[in-house]
This record gives sequence, C-alpha cells and structure tokens, in this order.
Amino acid sequence: MSKHQDIPLTPINTESSEKVRTGDWRTYIPVFDAEKCIKCYICWKYCPDAAIKVKDEESLPEWDLFHCKGCGICAEECPKDAIEMILEEVE
Amino acid sequence: MVKQVITGNMATAMGTRLCRPAVISAYPITPQTTIVEYIADFVADGTLKTQYVKVESEHSAMSCCISASNTGVRTFTATSAHGLLLMHEMLEWAAGARLPIVLVNVNRANGPPWSVWADHHDTIMQRDTGWMSIFCENNQEILDSMIMAFKVAEDPDIMLPMMLSEDAFYLSHTSEPVDVPDQALVDKFLPEYKPEHFLDPENPKGFGSLVMPPQYMEFRYKMAESMDLAREKIRKVNDEFYEVFGRKYGNGLIEEYRCDDAEVVLVGAGTNASTVREVVDRMRDEGHKVGLARLRCFRPFPYEEIRDLAKRVKAIGVFERTYTFGYQGPFTAEIKGALYGTGVDIPIKNYLLGIGGRDIRTKHVRAVFEDIMKVAEQGLDQETKWFGLLDGNTPEEEL
Amino acid sequence: MGKLTIPEQELMRPGHMGCLGCGGTLAMRLALKAAGPDTIISIPACCWAVMPGVWPNTCMGIPMLYTAFEVTGASISGIRAALDAKGKKDTNVIGWAGDGGTFDIGLQALSGMVERGTNALYICYDNEAYMNTGIQRSSSTPEGAWTTTTPVGTENYWEQGRKKDMISIMVAHGIPYAATANVAYPEDFVRKVQKALSIDGPTYLQIFAPCPTGWKSQPAKSIKLAKEAITSLAYPMYEVENGVYKINRKPKEQTPLKDYMLKQGRFRHLTEEFIEEQQKMLEANWKRLLKLEEITNEE
Repeated sequence: MSKHQDIPLTPINTESSEKVRTGDWRTYIPVFDAEKCIKCYICWKYCPDAAIKVKDEESLPEWDLFHCKGCGICAEECPKDAIEMILEEVE
Repeated sequence: MVKQVITGNMATAMGTRLCRPAVISAYPITPQTTIVEYIADFVADGTLKTQYVKVESEHSAMSCCISASNTGVRTFTATSAHGLLLMHEMLEWAAGARLPIVLVNVNRANGPPWSVWADHHDTIMQRDTGWMSIFCENNQEILDSMIMAFKVAEDPDIMLPMMLSEDAFYLSHTSEPVDVPDQALVDKFLPEYKPEHFLDPENPKGFGSLVMPPQYMEFRYKMAESMDLAREKIRKVNDEFYEVFGRKYGNGLIEEYRCDDAEVVLVGAGTNASTVREVVDRMRDEGHKVGLARLRCFRPFPYEEIRDLAKRVKAIGVFERTYTFGYQGPFTAEIKGALYGTGVDIPIKNYLLGIGGRDIRTKHVRAVFEDIMKVAEQGLDQETKWFGLLDGNTPEEEL
Repeated sequence: MGKLTIPEQELMRPGHMGCLGCGGTLAMRLALKAAGPDTIISIPACCWAVMPGVWPNTCMGIPMLYTAFEVTGASISGIRAALDAKGKKDTNVIGWAGDGGTFDIGLQALSGMVERGTNALYICYDNEAYMNTGIQRSSSTPEGAWTTTTPVGTENYWEQGRKKDMISIMVAHGIPYAATANVAYPEDFVRKVQKALSIDGPTYLQIFAPCPTGWKSQPAKSIKLAKEAITSLAYPMYEVENGVYKINRKPKEQTPLKDYMLKQGRFRHLTEEFIEEQQKMLEANWKRLLKLEEITNEE
C-alpha cells in the first residue's frame, strides 16, 4: 500500500502476524530429544508464542523456530527434561 | 405529516425515533435530560425498538456508541456542556475510527461559575475532533437535521460523526409547532445503515490498531479529505431533503436572509438568528440595507459562502455566544481566516452577546446593527465588543 | 499418553509482540481456545493493544476492537447491544484489559457494565503494574514492590499500598460469576472462561499473568512462579458463583512467601521482617477466604 488512495479510511487489520519473524529475538534455542518425549504436550500447552505445533494426538511436538523467541518455558516445564536451551550460534 | 407543538428536546427524541438507531446510549444532564426521558418513554411504550443502554457517564455513553457502531449498527446519543466535555476523548475516537454516530448537544455554558443556560462554548471546544458540527435555529430544524445528519454521516465517502447543537432552554424547553414527517418517507430517505467493515466473527478483522508514523498521516489526511467532501454532501442532502419533505435550510451550510443588496450583515448561529431576522425586517422597513447570514454548519466551515458574502457587503458583525480566550470569538476568527488572501478587506467586528444564557433582545440586535453600520462608514474602532456589560445599570435595566 | 487437555484450535497466531515468557500472552492464547471463533473482543490501552501487531497485521483470529484505556466495560456493553439488535445472541463478547485498565482507570466503566447486567465476560490479565508504559505502579501492585514510580530510594521507597481486592468489589455488585485464575493452570482457566461465557449476564475473570520484564524474573520461570503464587498464598485461585465461594486450589503445603518474592527483582530490596509481615497478611486473607467458602456453602 504505497499509495494513500489505496489505504482504507481507518486502519483495519486483516493480515496475519505470522509473517513476522519473532525468531530473530532469540538468544537460546530449544533442542528437543525425541527419545525422552512422552507426548504429554505440556510444552505445547504453555507456549506463549503458539510456536510449538502438535499435528495430532499421536505425533511429537514440533518447534516453529521462525516464531520461537526462546523464552525457555517449554524446557523448564518438560517433566522428562527432553528439551534443552542452548546458546544459539548466529552466522 | 402531522403538525405537533413540541419542545426541542421532544423534536430530538421524535427525530431519533424516526431514524431508528439500533443502539442508543446516554447519560442525563440538564438541560438534555428530557431527551433521555422521552426516549425512555418511547422504548417503554414500544414505539421505538432500540437497545437503550443507560450508562454511568457520558464518557461511557460515547464509548458504548462507538463499540456498537463498530459492530455495524446506527447509534445515537445526546448530551450537554460538561457531558460533552467528558466525552471529548471519545469524540476524537469516534471520528478517528470513522463512525457515523449522531449526537445532539444541548448548548449550555460550562462551569465554573455553574450555569445551565445557553452558550456555545461546549460545541466550539470540540471543533478539532473531526466531528461535523451543525447549529440548529428552531425545533423543526432539529428534527429535520437528525434525518439529514445520519444520511450525510453514513455516506461511504464521508463516514464521520455529526453533532447537532440546540440552544439550552430557548429550544430544548420551548414548544414550537413542528411538522413530524411520516415514518415511511423517512425510511425511504434514510435506508438502513450497512457499513462495509464491522466486527464480525465470520470475517474477523481488527479495528483501531497501532499505526506507525509512515502511515498515521495518511489516515488523518483521509479525515481531512472526507470533511472537505462533506461540504458538498451537506448541500446535496439539504436539497434532497427539500425534494421529499419540502423544507430546506439555506444551502445546508449557511442561510442568508435579505443579504442580496445588504450593506452590512450580522453572522450568527443558533437561536440568536431568529432575533436578528426579526430586527432585519424592522430595519429594512426603515430603509436600512441590513441582512443576516446564519452559520448553520461550523464544521466543515463554509469558507466559500463566507467569501462570496463578504465580497457583497461593506462590513460584517459577528454574533458570538462564546469566546476563545486569548484571541476573539471563534466564528470571527474563522471568518477572518476565510477571507485572508482574497483581496476582500472589509471591517469585521465581533460582538459577545448571550454568554451563559443572557437574553438577546431586539433592542440589543438593533444597537449592534447601528454600531456595525457606523463601522462600515468610519472603519473599525475595536475588534471585539463585549456587548452590554454591566456599567452602573442593573441587570434588569440592561434587559 | 498423547492427550490434549485444552482445546486444540489456535486463534492466537504467532508473530505477536509479546515479551519472552509473557503470562499475558499465554492467557490470551488460552482464553481464545476456550471461547472459540464466534467471539468479539474489545481491548483498551494495555500491552495487548500493542502485542497483536502493527497495522495491517494482527495475531488475532477473531474480530478485535481496540478502545481507549478506561472504556472496556462500556465498550462491551455497546458490542452486546449491537449484537442484540442484530439478533446475534450466541456470539461471545469479551472485554480484555490489564490491571491498570481494570483496577484503576477502567473501574467505573466495569462497574457500570456489571451493574447494567451486560451479557459479556470481562477478563483482566493481572501483571500487577502498568507494564505497557514501562512498569509504573497500579492499584494492583502488591505492597513492597519496586516499580519505576515506586523506586527504592533512601527516603521514599517501594509500593506502600495494599493490592486492591477486585473480586470482592465484583462480588459486592452481585455479579453472577467472578473468579481468579492462573496461567500455570490452563485447564482451570479454560473451564472458567467457558463457564463464564455460558452464563447469561456479566462475568469477571482475573488471571494472574507473570511479567518477566516488569517483575525482573526469568522468562523461563513464569509458570513456576505462577504456581508458587498459589502455594505461597500470594494469589489464591478461587471462584465465586452467585455469592458462593469455592477455592480451586488449596496448597498441600504452604511455601514461604520469601521464596516466591526473592525470585523477582521487584521484591529483592525487601527485608525479612517486611516479608514476614506480608506473609501474615496473606495468611489472614487466606483464612478469610476459607471462612467465606465455609459460610457461603452452608445451607
């Protein structure tokens, strides 16, 4: 919308925030050990960024690193210590 | 069409009923109170089908209207003076959110000192909120203006709220004969409000979000653009209204009375125009070339009409029912601003009368005309005249 | 195992602007799961007025109205009135405000909404200060807390007032349902949101939402801290339905308030004596709640 003529009268939000790469905020990255996972989905339940995906009730959780901010709640709350937060190396 | 003898507040309530707002939210304040009472009666009797939300403040009344309007329905509220001042933040919101809310403000003086009588300060203070603003002269005009107000405000190119002002007691509590139009005619003239965007779970959108500096200016420009378009829209709706209902108010923005060959004119707004009109007739009979230009629309300001008028006369006197402290009367300042650069350089003098509901009588208007006629011949003696300040005389003598 | 204990549908999208470990964000995610898509939400000035994203982006999968700071109660009355006029009785209406917008500037409009009997749910996500503007104290800030307007100086220091008891204020209105909740207990919160929305009338929920940025706590510890707020009696979790109290979580063993407080930078300056005083006050409050539960459940 580079022309003011194309802008609506008042700001109306219709586009998804999903295109915003909040993963850039991350310092620590979650590393997941699938072996230890018992599919309790506590990590999914507590994620403030909706960045942990569970496809169905049989599958392993998956991390959406485009959005994960690396807060570490998943690692802290995992009852099986299946998630570890490590310092992310940036190229 | 039925002719009824009703007060300005009843004309407001009946106008509201004719416009069928889906949501009304209001809070009582003197002298607006009978409006909310009449509406309550209509709702209680079932003659007005609306959601009537009786809130705990005027701020909430406007907030409630805003949220209801954003949900896609027609809304209305009424208030006065301090109520309008308390709403101020949300008046800004309504305009910025581009919601066609209609509000009737019963013009009342602000305190302190406490006063419940007529004064234009409350309306004038809202000048820059982005609301269209119209001053009504009589009860018929209030009712008619309500119907026109929704039509203008809800136009997809305009989408700005509109405020109608009626002078406290002179209109709010004074009965006059009013033609009440047929509902069917009003329904045809003012169809149901169907906005393009509204809060709808089937099509979720966000309204009113944070906008960064590179775009904020665009939205303000769009408000300015719509406000400019509103001039022509108000004129057009005034004409359309005349076609259907047989009544019109000047060209919608300004109403000239015997100005064609006038040498001096008084510009006023609201009920003082009626008194001026009476004096114009008397003085015309005596051979004086005097006229009245009633400022009906304050926002958008009818600068073209003012320029056209000023070209034809020798001097303009401006009746002001309030003052912008530190400068002059608000209408005067606007009129002078409109004339800058046009090459028209006539004396313009502002007269402060009727502040806080002090009566404006024919003898006062005559004295003002005599003064402005003198100014037309001899030039401006002073820019601002606080007319009739007590100076040894008693208030009774002054009246 | 393999069982989701809360609704699967995500109506809060990622890409929002919430800080790391933000309790208020998790609260929204859970609330939207509970409410479902046929919901309209009104949000005044607060962190959540910024977090959905800058125009034209939004993380919200439901219609959202941004409003001014003090108007949430009036706003949801307006939305409900318009829906009633349209005959859309089933759509949920939620007001969503922070503690400043609820306990302070929005209290009047909230009171009006409840007194009018608007069929809407008001949710306050309580992070105990004005966090969006940069950690200034509100009347929800607990006694002793550091904020930027209650700094720890040599003469004047920290928050002196007691946290306002909003639930009691709501109960005094005769509200059909009011409850506190906690982000550490999503199932409980989801149940409360759904229960509140099933009631035809005004309802109020207040969810404890840790703010690592404002509390100077570790983002990863938000859930642990929230659990400790319950076990230390700092933030009891209970509901009041038609005047009847029910405490939802009674700690098996009370944990020391000191442990809870000293995990947060905002309390780090406090002396042992001060914390002991606070603990006594919280214990007295807990006893009051137990008593209320007992009395109101008597036949």
